[in-house]
Amino acid sequence: MSDAARPAIDVEGAAAPPRRNGELVFQEPWEGRAFGMAVTLGDARLFPWEAFRRRLIAAIAEGGPSYYENWLAALQTLLVERGVLSAADIETRLRQFATGERDIVHPGAS
Amino acid sequence: MHDHDHGHTHEGELSPAQLRTAALESLLVEKGLLSSDTIDRIVERYERDIGPMIGARVVARAWVDPAYKQRLLSDSMSALAELGIHMNNLVVVENTPTVQNAIVCTLCSCYPWAVLGLPPIWYKDPAYRSRMVIEPRVVLREFGLELDESVEIRVWDSSAEQRYLVLPERPPGTEGMTETELAALITRDAMIGVAAVAAPAPMR
Repeated sequence: MSDAARPAIDVEGAAAPPRRNGELVFQEPWEGRAFGMAVTLGDARLFPWEAFRRRLIAAIAEGGPSYYENWLAALQTLLVERGVLSAADIETRLRQFATGERDIVHPGAS
Repeated sequence: MHDHDHGHTHEGELSPAQLRTAALESLLVEKGLLSSDTIDRIVERYERDIGPMIGARVVARAWVDPAYKQRLLSDSMSALAELGIHMNNLVVVENTPTVQNAIVCTLCSCYPWAVLGLPPIWYKDPAYRSRMVIEPRVVLREFGLELDESVEIRVWDSSAEQRYLVLPERPPGTEGMTETELAALITRDAMIGVAAVAAPAPMR
């Protein structure tokens, strides 16, 4: 089903994820979670994939530390811009997780 | 897990990216926008299905459009580009009633992933990699592909510079099908060359 609105992961170019002989390579579990989150939300049409892709390319252009850290930054920017999540809620949750005030339940965090 | 060596930071062993990923995921789950199971399923689908769908689209186009098929066989790079696929090292090899093609990578596990996605586990198995060259007819039989003795088997050894894709034969009984319906019949294994494309189940 070709549909421009749905996620199409770049195979080459700046926005293409790292691969080893074609396989998506996740160095750590959180990278897979971050990948899956963006694709799931794109699949559910929460945003047009192209909108995410543009922010990913922008994050890479700014020279972020790694491909999936750029991916994560792009996802957060898009979600905040679109009013899906508030920056304040994200910062609160980050602090709660960092201090242990709230437990991280998902294995993706480990 | 308490790790007081990291001072006040309770989850000191987690990187900022891990924390951020967990924060976004938990907030999105709370809002009912996704579930952790959905993420798992999507990642798995990307690993398994999306790749072969691209190859299937190419094969279906070649089946319905003879001119496209000629371009695909003679100049795959531009033929793939017509479908928005950018790959410059693919050779497409066509099966006929007298020739069965199959691909292997004897050295490692080179694979035309841009059109087929992830290689199956067995593709990387040393036994497949060596036996496919030594006794392809036996290996294909083990895959359930019985070939007449008169059918010539051509095994293509992939490398980093050159990848192969098998153009399987269009099965009988598919004359009235659309390109999209045809694409749904085409399997990853048929494009590796270890299976034939099965004719569609009779209409109910």
